[in-house]
Order: sequence, then C-alpha cells, then structure tokens
Amino acid sequence: MENKIDFSVLDQAIIEYGNQEKSLIAILQRAQEVYRYLPKEIFPYLAEKLNLSEAKIFGVATFYENFSLEKKGKYVVKVCDGTACHVRKSIPILEALRKELNLSEVKKTTDDLMFTVETVSCLGACSSAPAVMVNNEIYPTMTPDTAVALIRSLKENN
Amino acid sequence: MDKQYMIIDGIEVTIEGERNVLELARKAGIDIPAFCYDPELSIYGACRMCMVENERGSLEASCSMLPKAGAVIKTNTAKLRKYRKMILELLLANHCRDCTICPKSGNCKLQEFAYKFNITDVRFPNNSCQLGSQDKSSVSIVRDSSKCILCGKCVRMCAEVQNVGAIDYAYRGSKKKIATAFDGPIANSPCVGCGQCAAVCPVGAIVVKDDADKVWDAIGDKNTYVDVQVAPAVRVALGKELGLEEGTPLMGKLVTALKEVGFDAVYDTSFGADMTVLEEANEFVGRLSGNGKLPMFTSCCPAWIRFAENKYPEFLSNISTCRSPMQMFAPVLKEAYKGDKKHVHVAIMPCTAKKFEGKRDEFKDKDGNPYVDYVLTTQEVIRMIKEAGIDFKALEDSACDNPFEEITGAGVIFGVTGGVTEAVLRYASSDKSEKALEEITYTGVRGFEGVKEATVKIGDKDVKIAVVSGLNNTSVLLDKIKSGDVYYDLVEVMSCPGGCVNGGGQPQAEREARHYRADGLYKADGVEVKKSSEQNTAVVKLLASMDEHKKHEILHVHYKGNK
Repeated sequence: MENKIDFSVLDQAIIEYGNQEKSLIAILQRAQEVYRYLPKEIFPYLAEKLNLSEAKIFGVATFYENFSLEKKGKYVVKVCDGTACHVRKSIPILEALRKELNLSEVKKTTDDLMFTVETVSCLGACSSAPAVMVNNEIYPTMTPDTAVALIRSLKENN
Repeated sequence: MDKQYMIIDGIEVTIEGERNVLELARKAGIDIPAFCYDPELSIYGACRMCMVENERGSLEASCSMLPKAGAVIKTNTAKLRKYRKMILELLLANHCRDCTICPKSGNCKLQEFAYKFNITDVRFPNNSCQLGSQDKSSVSIVRDSSKCILCGKCVRMCAEVQNVGAIDYAYRGSKKKIATAFDGPIANSPCVGCGQCAAVCPVGAIVVKDDADKVWDAIGDKNTYVDVQVAPAVRVALGKELGLEEGTPLMGKLVTALKEVGFDAVYDTSFGADMTVLEEANEFVGRLSGNGKLPMFTSCCPAWIRFAENKYPEFLSNISTCRSPMQMFAPVLKEAYKGDKKHVHVAIMPCTAKKFEGKRDEFKDKDGNPYVDYVLTTQEVIRMIKEAGIDFKALEDSACDNPFEEITGAGVIFGVTGGVTEAVLRYASSDKSEKALEEITYTGVRGFEGVKEATVKIGDKDVKIAVVSGLNNTSVLLDKIKSGDVYYDLVEVMSCPGGCVNGGGQPQAEREARHYRADGLYKADGVEVKKSSEQNTAVVKLLASMDEHKKHEILHVHYKGNK
C-alpha cells in the first residue's frame, strides 16, 4: 500500500453518522468514496469503534456490489446493462471500453489505477439508454465510439 | 383472564407466553421440523421448514409467528409437505452428500429430514463436493463450506451467546457463505475454540477435530505407555450414545472400556481438580489479604483464557495463576511414570478448546514436549469405544489406577457451572457437616442462570462471588466490573453456557440434556464420601511434597497474552 490510511476520514464519518451498528453502511460508503475502496486496515478500526465483529463488517462489505475490497480507478466507468440498455446494445460498448483499456471480466481496473470498468444492473436512466456513468455523471445514448472518445478525453485531461 | 388457546392440528393449545407458534406446537407434542431455529438464539427464519398453514391456506414460518388466541393452523398438509420436500431437495442439490464418510453421519438433521420426508431422488445436478472447501486450520474444529446449509446457527451462537463474532455471513446470493473476516482460516480469527458452533450445527459443516487416529497409533505401539485422564463432565455425557440414559454417571464403566480399548492406566481429572481447589483457594486467600489483584477469575476454562487474551487483556493479571486441573495433573502423571517406554499422556475432555490448551507453549516441558500429548473429546472417545466393538452397557465398573484413584465430590462437580465455586466454598467452610455443605448449595451457586451471585462469609469477611457461564454474559459482567457498577472478590467463568457438561466436545444434545448431565454430576458427587478437596489425602500429600519452586513450575502459569 503506497499510502498510510488516514483514519480521520472514518472518525469524521463516525461523528456524523453516530458510532452505532446502523451507521455502518453510511460509514463504509464514505470510506469507499474517499479511499476508492475499503482498505483492510479499516476493518479492525471500525470493529473497535462500532463494537462489531470484523466478520460482520466483512459480510456487509461483500454483500453490496458497490463496496470493493480492491482499489478502484480514479474514474469508475459503469456500463449499464439493465434491460433497456442491454437491448439498445450496451454490450458492444462494454467490449469497446475493455479493449481500449486492456481490461476484462476479471481484470476490472487499469494498472495505473486510472480506470475501472464494470457493469451495473440499472442506472435508472432508461430513457437515455444505453447509458454509461463515470463517477457520478451520466453519459446518455452512448455508442462504442463515443464511449472510447470519452475515455480518451478523460485521459487527456489528466 | 380466561385462558387463551390456539388450535393447532385440531388440538386446543393453551398459550402460556410461548415465544412463537413453533414452541407452542412443540409443547403440544407436535414436532415441527426446523434447521435454523434454536430456542436460545435469536429468530432468523431462514430455512422455512417450520412453515404452517392457516385457515385461508396461506403459509407462515412458525418460528417467527407470535401465538395468537383463536388462530387455527395446521402443521402437516399436502401443501406443506410439498414445500418442505422442495426445500429439502434444493438444500440437497447444494450439499456435498458424501454421507457415508461424513463425521456427522447418523447425527445430521439434513440426513434425518431427507429420510423422514422420503426424499429418494433429487432432480437437480449436484457438484458441491469440492476440494478446498474444508478449513482445518483450527486445532479444535473443522469447517466444511460444502456441507453448510446457511442456517446461521453458528453465526448467532458465536456472536450472541459468546460475543466472539469470529464468523458471519459473507458474499451474496449463490456465493453466500459463512466466513471469517476476509474469508481467512479460522485459526487466524478471534475464535476461542469453544466449539459451541459445532454443538449447534445441524449438519457436518462444523465438526470437532478428530485426533483419535493418533491415539490409536500410540495405543497400538508396544513400546509406548499410554495413560489417560478423564474430565468430570465426560462421565455424564456418554450414556445416550452408548445405549444408556442421558446424564447417568458412568465413570466406572468408562474406566473398564478405556482399559479394553488399550490404555495402560486410567485416571480421573477430578484428582487434578482437587489440586486446583487447594492451590486456587490458597491463592485467593492471599489475594484477599492484599497479595494480588481482585476480583480473581478462575482459570480452568481455556476458551475463557483465550477470550480474555483477545478482548480483555487488562484482566489477565486478575486470572488465577493456577493451571487447569488437566494441566496440573498431567505433569504429575508424566513424572510418576518410571517405566522405560515412551510415555504418551491423553486427556479426555468435554471441550474442544482443551485441544488448544494442550498445544500451548506454556504447557510444554523443558524439552518442548507437551505434558498432554493428545486431547480427545467425549465425542471421539465414544467413537473409539464403538470402533473397538465394546458392549458398553454390559461392562462392569472399574476403579481408576493407583496412586491417584482418590477423588472427592468437590472435584467431580467442576464440570458444571458453579461447581468450581462450590468446591472452593466447601474447602473454605470450617464446618464440614452434611447440613453445612447443603447450605452451600443454597447460596445460589447451582443452576443454569447465565450469571449467579452469592455472598459468603469466609473467616470474618463477606466475600462477594459471581458465577458466570457463556462469554457474552461474561463480557457484560466484565464491562460492569470495569465501570465500577459491580464489585466481586471471586468470579468463576465458564465459556460454555451451563459449564463443561455442555462443552463443544460433548455429544450433540437437546437443551434439556444438559440438565440431566448436571444432575448426573451432582449425583456422582452425592455418592462420594469425601466432599471437600482437602479430604483427598493423596492430593494433600502430593502438594506437601512439593516446595514452592516446584509448585510454581508445575501448578501455575502466566499467560503471556497473544498481542
């Protein structure tokens, strides 16, 4: 791990949401947002603070697709594969993105930790199908070409 | 108020504050099938086997259904049978069905229900038996995820009753499994080895680690002398499995059986317990007069020691430095053997955590050899007796071997919650009359409540005592002691609810069984003429023969902690 974990992020979240069991998901969401994944080191820390077992926190972290135990890229590209997007050809978009970034079903994040490409079951943006979401922004009616262009422009901006 | 009834299968059943319809039906003698329900754990409602049908024909899980006056339900209808069979078929499709070589064979709820519900064919393909599904990292238990039906009893036991939380559900959907944090080996988790998860697992997903083969090898080697000590709680838990009544004290027959199995000598750990009582009482008196921290916690229970090391290291110096009876007795036996064969010492315990205690560095001699070479649980020794083809029921009683055959009732009751305390009180009481001893039993140390309290006069001092079993109860008590809400001088801790009679290594039994087992121990105590540990002349003589240095070396221990 290149950086030491900054636990003050968790302390802040615990102050905001309360040190109780029911705050766990909100606190994990904050951690996911800041660290871009759930580092191993935060489990014993949260277990102690929230008086929960590490196994319990691990259970919650592995239950929800949105939490990741591996570090995600700076840009998390979510290709919607809900019914509407799927019938409007989301899979070719996914394939084009994976090809562009040298990723696969198993390898979801680029080595430089810039991009993560994953699918989601529905973004709730069916009228804009096929849709892609990058971090928290929706890109409507994509094609493989516009998706690749989007990635390239994000690369250039860095 | 008038009595309130519920009509179950046409029977009017009085509602008397039952927790749910399942309990109500069982009270009426209707055994509704269930995998995930346990009267002492929270209600989970996962397995759906306990569904019942109401008048409108809709189904509800009886474990999570409150008794309701006037309600009419049926527990065995065509619809329910169809649903239950389907549930079983689906579970069986996802279960490694290598029943013939499964340690749980014959004692498995899934096997039992598949038979009862006449499941002779499963329509779905099964490729559940997989290499790598087993976790053998623990010296106490073996986990096998390919056998797991996700009933979650182990999870609830570990978290709710023991406050350990070593395991929980992880992942989701078809990938869901019971796992430690990061799905690592259980040996690297906070598991204390109490084995209560194995005691509630309805299938073969968590079982006691079996070390019988190694003991058979030692017995079979003619150049090896193999002796064995048997813990108090073992003798009252053999009956049911060996064709006798649950709870009957069977030490005499067990000694005969163990000799027939091939052990060279058989001893009673109660002897070690008497040693512990005398040493521990002296230590306690010392602490009372300012020599060491109070409250003093008892130290017999290895799962408790591990729990304290993990979660309450600040209390480690409050734990008595006395070794457990097993570990006091073992070095004495090792020294007593003067023959020229290799000496292997085996201990038969009701306890899976003792397997861990046996391997701790603190209990090895100068050459690094453990004083107790192998710890077997009651379960394993029952299987050995069966394997040897011994007709246990027909056996005559035998006595333990010289020179350690002398025991007292005090040592015997170590196996039940409150027993250690009662033994210490008997010793401390100056009056040994029957009446005085009986009065001790009324101080509140007996019974299965999770926490018991008593105040006893020792000399001119009022001594406050707590007796706790179950590690969650223990945690609550420790937190109160820490915050200063309560004060005690002496706290007896046993990890398993009800004490060793209900240990993780005992044969799996319904909850009532532990009462029979406890009664059995008190019965065994009843027939002992000597009730108090200092009446054990052999123990007194042995202790008198040791100087302080020797005592420190083989009777005491300082746990280093694991952090």
